[in-house]
Amino acid sequence: MILEVNGVEFQYRSKEVLTDIRFHLKKNEILAILGPNGVGKTTLLKCMNAILKPKSGTILVDKEDVLKLEQIDIARRMGYVPQRCECARLTAFDAILLGRMPHIKWNITTEDVMLVEATIRKLHLEELALRYIDELSGGELQKVGIARAIAQNPKLLLLDEPTSSLDLRNQLEILNIVRDVVRKENVSAVMTMHDLNLAFRYADKFLFLKNGTIFAAGSMGEITPQTIEEVYGVPVTIQNYMDVSVVIPV
Amino acid sequence: MNSKEGDIAARYREHTGRKRTYILAGLVLLFVASILSIATGSVDIPPMDVVRTLAGYSVSTTWDSIIWNVRLPQVLTAIVAGAGLAVSGVVMQSILRNPLGSPFTLGISNAAAFGAAFSVIILGAGSTSSRIGDAVTINNPYVTTVAAFVFAMLVTAIILMFARIRGTTPEVMILVGVAMGSLFTAGTMFLQYFADDVQLASMVFWTFGDTARASWEELGLITAIVAVSIVYFIFNRWKYNAIDAGDETAKGLGVNVERVRLWGMIWSSLVTAIIVAFLGVIGFIGLICPHMARRIIGDDHRFLIAGSIVMGSLLLLCADTVARVMMQPYQLPVAVLTSFLGAPTFIYLILKGRRI
Repeated sequence: MILEVNGVEFQYRSKEVLTDIRFHLKKNEILAILGPNGVGKTTLLKCMNAILKPKSGTILVDKEDVLKLEQIDIARRMGYVPQRCECARLTAFDAILLGRMPHIKWNITTEDVMLVEATIRKLHLEELALRYIDELSGGELQKVGIARAIAQNPKLLLLDEPTSSLDLRNQLEILNIVRDVVRKENVSAVMTMHDLNLAFRYADKFLFLKNGTIFAAGSMGEITPQTIEEVYGVPVTIQNYMDVSVVIPV
Repeated sequence: MNSKEGDIAARYREHTGRKRTYILAGLVLLFVASILSIATGSVDIPPMDVVRTLAGYSVSTTWDSIIWNVRLPQVLTAIVAGAGLAVSGVVMQSILRNPLGSPFTLGISNAAAFGAAFSVIILGAGSTSSRIGDAVTINNPYVTTVAAFVFAMLVTAIILMFARIRGTTPEVMILVGVAMGSLFTAGTMFLQYFADDVQLASMVFWTFGDTARASWEELGLITAIVAVSIVYFIFNRWKYNAIDAGDETAKGLGVNVERVRLWGMIWSSLVTAIIVAFLGVIGFIGLICPHMARRIIGDDHRFLIAGSIVMGSLLLLCADTVARVMMQPYQLPVAVLTSFLGAPTFIYLILKGRRI
């Protein structure tokens, strides 16, 4: 188990947002956190690397309790890609180099620079490397954000709606990158998502949140149209097309 | 393309190397400007003699005295104050996530001006001693300085206190700063209304920022604070880059954003307060120089901090030199010129620039 979440609760101004969240994830797996708007998907993701402090519960990454670690030690173990990233006048290389920050003492070393180059090649971002990020498109920017998180050398990637506001081609490219990295690099990924079809296509495990707690969880075989209907309040059917499960509202 | 391993890294090093060159070129320019500035004034000294005198070879005793007692402290004050104001501006812009962040916009300068007015009216620090080109002197400058400093730090404390109550968001800090600025401006006007001619003159005189005001001791104190803060800021350069990428990204990278923001505000306010307290209000350097530096070397704080420092020093030194010779035999306070030049430059940058 790379990730074990036990009984996590989170309050926002004494309002209960998340209660009794427990799940686990194996190495080289992708977990999709699903559920309606405002149910607390992003909150859960931010609790996992302690950007938000849960009221109770434990989060173990590779058997270490995240909530007992310093922020910088968490950053060495988890890479976080927020939904939106502000852009200063930096090159993509600079932006990805920032991912080395949790590991550097005073200044970057040759290894850091080489590692960033390797990350850039891995994600096929050679064309972007020396372009300024305030001139990049949404899809390119998202790739830079993921590259930064990968440059952190994490055990776990946390992605907050990595495909929102991207076109079809970019959605697929981004998720292919995530899947490649997870398969090849000994990391796991947790991502919040809205698009069920994309989730079914790329994730190994699914977590449906409803009313601030886990409504259903499991792999594809355990997800039924009834689950989806009860979570989203929309009747659906799940069809199989060339080994890909597709959700269709009916 | 990019077939060879190490190719991208090499091109990246070239890219950062260029930024280093710009900063180095700026330093050379600053050195030349300093020599020329020392050479210029009501008495012109040949630049070579300036270099000789500075190197320790006395050319003439008159020039010795002019250079060591008058011009050199003024030039160094301009360099240090320009550096300090620009570096506080660049850090405030980063930690407040706002291109308008500067000691000026946050009301710190206004509060210092109020402090000076307060010392003149209430504490009786002002007096007359007319001479040409320098209408009024303040007979107890330390009371004024301390009062200006106290009020500048008071505003900082209030901004930080509000930020603590409402959560340390940049918006809260800016809004409170703007409110404080207008509050203290009103306070200054109130005091001015009840002032007599002499007091009014003292207050107004103090408000004009002037680099000729600092003695060697005061220069030493300002330099010490500016130097320590620069070291602190450079130490945190990666964190400012991370915060530029957004609070969440920064937190994901292990940065304690609230703490960096708090200490960044404290240090940059301290630097501003000490400069304003000794020299008066020198506008626009803190706002404009970082933006000029950004346009040349980008937003990477590894280079931007140094770039802003050089830019701030260079700009204030040039402005100071021009102010000194522009209307001889009168020496204009430099603040008149920086604001005069600052406003159009700023508008030009906005119109012309990619973004400020």
